[in-house]
Amino acid sequence: MTNWIDIGALEDVPARGARMIKTAFGCVAVFRTGDDQVFALDNACPHKAGPLAEGIVHGTKVTCPLHNWVISLETGQAQGADEGVVNTYPARIEEGRILLDAACLMRRAA
Amino acid sequence: MTQNLVIIGAGMATGRALEHLLDAEPDAYNVTLFNAEPRGNYNRIMLSPVLSGDKAYDEIVTHTAEWYDENGVTCRFGEKVAGIDRTAKTVTAANGDVVPYDKLLLGTGSNPFMIPLPGHDLEGVIAYRDLEDTERMMTMVEGQKVVVIGGGLLGLEAAAGMAARGVDVTVVHLMGHLMERQLDEAAGYLLRKALIDKGITVKCSANSKEILGKDGHVTGLLLEDGTELPCDLLVMAVGIRPNTALAAEAGLAVGKGIHVDDQMVTSDADILAVGECVEHNGALFGLVAPLYEQAKVVAQTLLGQEAAFVQKEVSTKLKVTGCDLFSAGDFADGPGREDIVFRDPARGVYKRLVLEENRVKGAVFYGDTADSNWFFGLIKDGTDVAEMRETLIFGPAFQGGTPLDPMAAVAALPDDAEICGCNGISKGTIVAAIQDGATDLAAVRTVTKASGSCGTCTGLVEQVLGATLGDDFVIPAAQSMCGCTDLAHEEVRRLIKSKGLKSMPAVWQELGWKTTCGCHVCRPALNFYLLADWPVEYQDDPQSRFINERKHANIQKDGTFSVVPRIWGGITNPDELRAIADAADKYHVPTVKFTGGQRIDLLGVKGEDLPHIWADLNKAGLVSGHAYSKGLRTVKTCVGTDHCRFGTQDSTGLGIRLEKMLWGSWTPHKLKLAVSGCPRNCAEATCKDIGVVCVDSGYQVSIGGAAGMDVKETELLCQVATEDETMEVVAAVTQLYRENAKYLDRIYKWMNKVGLDWIKDQIDDPDTRRALADRFELSQSIYRKDPWAEHARDKAETYQPLANLTLEAAE
Repeated sequence: MTNWIDIGALEDVPARGARMIKTAFGCVAVFRTGDDQVFALDNACPHKAGPLAEGIVHGTKVTCPLHNWVISLETGQAQGADEGVVNTYPARIEEGRILLDAACLMRRAA
Repeated sequence: MTQNLVIIGAGMATGRALEHLLDAEPDAYNVTLFNAEPRGNYNRIMLSPVLSGDKAYDEIVTHTAEWYDENGVTCRFGEKVAGIDRTAKTVTAANGDVVPYDKLLLGTGSNPFMIPLPGHDLEGVIAYRDLEDTERMMTMVEGQKVVVIGGGLLGLEAAAGMAARGVDVTVVHLMGHLMERQLDEAAGYLLRKALIDKGITVKCSANSKEILGKDGHVTGLLLEDGTELPCDLLVMAVGIRPNTALAAEAGLAVGKGIHVDDQMVTSDADILAVGECVEHNGALFGLVAPLYEQAKVVAQTLLGQEAAFVQKEVSTKLKVTGCDLFSAGDFADGPGREDIVFRDPARGVYKRLVLEENRVKGAVFYGDTADSNWFFGLIKDGTDVAEMRETLIFGPAFQGGTPLDPMAAVAALPDDAEICGCNGISKGTIVAAIQDGATDLAAVRTVTKASGSCGTCTGLVEQVLGATLGDDFVIPAAQSMCGCTDLAHEEVRRLIKSKGLKSMPAVWQELGWKTTCGCHVCRPALNFYLLADWPVEYQDDPQSRFINERKHANIQKDGTFSVVPRIWGGITNPDELRAIADAADKYHVPTVKFTGGQRIDLLGVKGEDLPHIWADLNKAGLVSGHAYSKGLRTVKTCVGTDHCRFGTQDSTGLGIRLEKMLWGSWTPHKLKLAVSGCPRNCAEATCKDIGVVCVDSGYQVSIGGAAGMDVKETELLCQVATEDETMEVVAAVTQLYRENAKYLDRIYKWMNKVGLDWIKDQIDDPDTRRALADRFELSQSIYRKDPWAEHARDKAETYQPLANLTLEAAE
């Protein structure tokens, strides 16, 4: 079952940028690409838990601000020679608002 | 008995439905056709060619009076329908006539949306919708001014049509690039360039505030930023809204449009609707292809046949001569997508395909749309393209064609493009020298001087050799900037200047970037090059900056930040120290440390607290120390003649003056200075990027020191007699470094490449030195400001979480 919740306006996240949201189980980074796709991932790089929301967004990837690991926003996989994966969560845009699936956010706590 | 069909609206959708109906069963219905416009069906999408003068109105009429007559259609043109009585099954015309129907077809179309700006009801403010609007625009003549609000399809066609008549047109668009719904930034950039070439002024990211008028007639448009655009006519082309008034009054189900099912039947089984007025499965329709599809279905439904309307992908083409663009499908949402990008700077071509699971989902083409139908077919059919993925972007005719040319950007340069900035040598001069027999780098240097001074354009000269000589010249491999391009930093820098590239999308397109929007390696470098070369025109892009420069603080390993206020020349006072101590208490700063640059570092500040701690520090007069930037860090000083018995000059005073001049400036890498009051050099000036050592007779300025991964002593640049001269020399050498060095090269690395002698030549020449200092000052007039104050005031919100779900999640 899904439970889409409105977490804010698309325009509150800069294009090629991200914002962080707080949940009871940790922080989630919400990304907006240059062509207005949105993605939600745990806000922690698999390497040293760097805050991915602070990284540079390019195409559908983000570069971690701590040690330049490049993470796919689509799969959460570390790119290139690095190995690791970040949890991803369903996110979508509806009428200019960003929606996340709360059911999915909750499930990771279990 | 023949049934009565009443149609409201003689537009393209109902017109096409009527054709289908009459083709299939001419005698099925007695048709009465109402139309508010005093004419029948014409091809509305061809109004743009009428406006530009390429076509006459007669040529775009679809159904003539004779056609209606021959087909027995009762025409009531110029008559509005006043109401529908669903119980009696009649419609009432404006003049009171009551017309009975067995079936009613609504084709009421849409209304242009008018932004309710102050002044929107002035005379001379029009939409772009029908023949009257078009004719109004055609009254504009050379020398008159028109403002078009809206940089979408219609707005641009209106603008281009009037510009073709010699009218002075300005397009005002709210978003960052034109046609943002159909195009990405790169194609938007090319389109904008083409429109500017047609003499149209384009203002993006421009917010309209008020329409100005005099004596009831429009006189201009006022933007939020205070710009006033005078005009004789203002065209609003910002979108359309389905015209649902009549349907809603009759009690039909209406949302954004008139609700219809797959058979195009409304909530009343005897009333159907078609065209721009309908809403089907939540979607509205403005392009002609789906409307014609609906028309077919509605005709079949009226004839009692089985038919269902299915939404399909749509494509867009802009009808502006010389602007070939095509966009189709969807490139906006869903994971698992990949891009294929092709750019040909010489031809101004940009192509982008969006793939998902080996199927083409969306396409944007600019400059070459010859194969667009083929690609549109792939999108519609969902063809598996795995087999042809590698060559897909080249289109259906591709058979082992030539690979991408890494020299395309240089080959595309015009002859007058300047390759060697030091000596003012253009591409044409170099090509002529090569053709006259200078077939290697040394020979070109000897004959033309190109790349003979600072040498940063060497790679470009080699590329010109390669492009001119073909296979006879092997280009030595240069390290490219990143995977997005084959060009090296120096080449990109030079091309930004010689091609006058003033935005990120301009660089990506004109230099043939292989990705849609760069990467974390090239974007920060490009952002610096652009702001250093075009301080006035280029707008800094925070999203292309590393987090420290975006948030004006240094990120630490645990994701907290460090805050370092500026302490001018290392001199502080009790009030400042108290403010720093108070801030450290208030924000629970775990570590307070003295830095090597004579200031105080507050380590471990939470990201959310940054704007607050800055606001507090600002109140005590403290500003950002830029301890996080590729820019001026500190000017370290000793106490000089104020207190020291050996001091020869006022080293602290000079240090503070220098810091006040240089702060806020961006440089290729960090920039640290020091001023020592005597050769004992207590401020350690001789291991800084720029060091000043005071002596009895004046000031020795030396550059290129380092005390990091490499340890280097500075080398003497010059000795001058006065503080003012020192200021000018430091400004000039900083600017020379800003204009020429590769991003992330400290001064000593840059000096190794271009040579100290070349730098000396520039600084020793009084005119060059002054010009450099002037350009530095121009840039500083924009960048010499406190980012902390600005962010605390305007952007504090962005430092907070977008949402806090901790409570909801706990429920």
